[in-house]
Amino acid sequence: MDPKTLFEKIWDTHVVKTIEEGPSVLYIDKHLIHEVTSPQAFRGLEERGLPVFRPYQIVATADHNVPTENQHLPIKEALSRLQVETLDKNCKKFGIELYGLGHPYQGIVHVIGPELGITQPGMTIVCGDSHTSTHGAFGTIAFGIGTSEVEMVMATQCLMATRPKLMRINVEGKLNAGVLSKDIILYIISKISASGATGYAVEYAGSAIRALSMEGRMTICNMSIEMGARCGMIAPDETTFAYMKGRKFAPQGEAWDRSMAQWKTLYTDRGAEFDAELNIDAAQIEPMITYGTNPGMGIGISGHVPNLRDIEEKEKTSFEKSLSYMGLEPGMGIKGKKVDYVFIGSCTNSRIEDLRLVASFVKGKQKAKDVQVWIVPGSKQVEQQAHLEGIDRIFEEAGFILRQPGCSACLGMNEDKIPAGKYCISTSNRNFEGRQGPNARTFLTSPLTAAAAAITGRVSDVRELI
Amino acid sequence: MKAINKVTSSAVPVNIENIDTDQIIPARFLKSTNREGFGKNLFRDWRYENDDPSRPRTDFPLNQNRYTGKILVAGKNFGCGSSREHAAWAIKDYGFDVVVSSFFADIFKNNALNNFCLPVTVSEEFLKELFEAIDRKPSTLVTVDLENQTIHFEGRDVAVKEKFDISHYKKTCLLNGFDDIDYLLNMKEEITAFENKTLTHPSAL
Ligand code: SF4
Repeated sequence: MDPKTLFEKIWDTHVVKTIEEGPSVLYIDKHLIHEVTSPQAFRGLEERGLPVFRPYQIVATADHNVPTENQHLPIKEALSRLQVETLDKNCKKFGIELYGLGHPYQGIVHVIGPELGITQPGMTIVCGDSHTSTHGAFGTIAFGIGTSEVEMVMATQCLMATRPKLMRINVEGKLNAGVLSKDIILYIISKISASGATGYAVEYAGSAIRALSMEGRMTICNMSIEMGARCGMIAPDETTFAYMKGRKFAPQGEAWDRSMAQWKTLYTDRGAEFDAELNIDAAQIEPMITYGTNPGMGIGISGHVPNLRDIEEKEKTSFEKSLSYMGLEPGMGIKGKKVDYVFIGSCTNSRIEDLRLVASFVKGKQKAKDVQVWIVPGSKQVEQQAHLEGIDRIFEEAGFILRQPGCSACLGMNEDKIPAGKYCISTSNRNFEGRQGPNARTFLTSPLTAAAAAITGRVSDVRELI
Repeated sequence: MKAINKVTSSAVPVNIENIDTDQIIPARFLKSTNREGFGKNLFRDWRYENDDPSRPRTDFPLNQNRYTGKILVAGKNFGCGSSREHAAWAIKDYGFDVVVSSFFADIFKNNALNNFCLPVTVSEEFLKELFEAIDRKPSTLVTVDLENQTIHFEGRDVAVKEKFDISHYKKTCLLNGFDDIDYLLNMKEEITAFENKTLTHPSAL
């Protein structure tokens, strides 16, 4: 048999049919939905008079719009409330399991899937959300789709999909102290740009990737979309299996053994070919920060914003526009810049491991006076765990606010917005103009670098503080 | 939905690279449960001063009377970022049937196609010439011919019409006004047979 990549092994077993000179009909194992990108799809089904074809393969949650304070009260904002209620109504009507507001499993869709064991190696997973790539950390083909496609999958459990090209990124070696998986992915994107992997499915491999926890792997796969990739994936291994074991919806008993037998076949065969390959030396990576308005505009924390002369001619206009939005000058160092807000949350970095790490760093320290620090757990379960472990008290003593789960200031759909002109160090994944609120300015970093800024009130090199 | 074939129109240039879907339609406008009405908030934060629709920014092309038409021309890597189909809805709702760029983000491209809004990928060089032509003469007519997969604009040598790619399947859909769901619904038996015979995933079913 020809050697196959991890991607091909999963893709090939899910193709129902390939249309001549066209896309493939791809079978979808799990479909995750949330309140923002589903209402129009449900409406489409109603208009066509169709049921949901496989309701048990869909899981719903409310995350984008939900408030992160007083979740036991009705949502104040009328339109947000309507969207969340519409999801509720639709799930009831079409027989879909919903982990809505108040449910012990509620949370950001890409946090709860893995946490509940819904995400399993070898699956195809889609969601009307671009960060669906997160689930690829388990060795799945997982990607974001639009609402018409959500409707398509609801109606037929299949998707029209064109096979992407394949790229492998090998990260070899040991990470330096203070450098996290978030820094790896910010570094990769800064090297290949915000569109560098468009049209590709990316497999991350190499010793530095294998050494990461599942949380760390999820952070990397999560941001695959920020370089344009269709999806990101990592071959499952003992770390994956250990994480899965005993999770709520993970297979049990005999089914576990059968699954394991299949999961262990999920790796790229020696000699399998990729359309592109990139090698990264882990030791070269320092804590990263973005200075611009797309995630590709990143530098090492000790570095400088590029000079105009180093920017390609045709990109100068966009570069200058971006810097003027951020209120930064070409060539300037970024360390020491004052920050106003610190946001630790989002599907990139809001898991229990992230919170533990931040807590261990800030324990016994106080936040800087003029900084607002919001910590938003990724799910109810993360929140509960934080309380169990006393992490909430550490935050409280440091002057941080631990909010309730949701997307929050990652995209500013609820009340959690960064005011115009203010600087926010954020562990989320997008620094687009206005992403965290109209005219808000975002620096993307790892949770540790964010925690360091919370304590010093400035962009700081966490390596000097540990 | 309405089929598309040939579009001839003047164009609106937004000469910015990496236009993400948060710029096309900011998240705070995604609270609707309908598909309609997003056009009025297209490029909202670039279009208005301080989020105030009574204060249009005169330097933004959508607010300049000299630029009109059914074709949007934009810089490289258009539609990156979020998967929100609201971006495609906003563009279509505003009145654009075609978006021309030298590079499109994947999800946006699919979303646009599913809404009968045609993304046309052209070479960097063609895009540059097109921006220049519109700059010189805002009423420059651009013709996009889906059947023949060509794009051309007034004043450019007809002999070197630019070709663009689209899958045969998608082209047929657009020309005839079919959508993917129609196609897939006709395959239900095949899908069920696939479920029964293929081990997709042990615990998926
Ligand atoms: S946390 Fe942010 S990126 Fe993740 S799903 Fe929510 S809005 Fe999207």
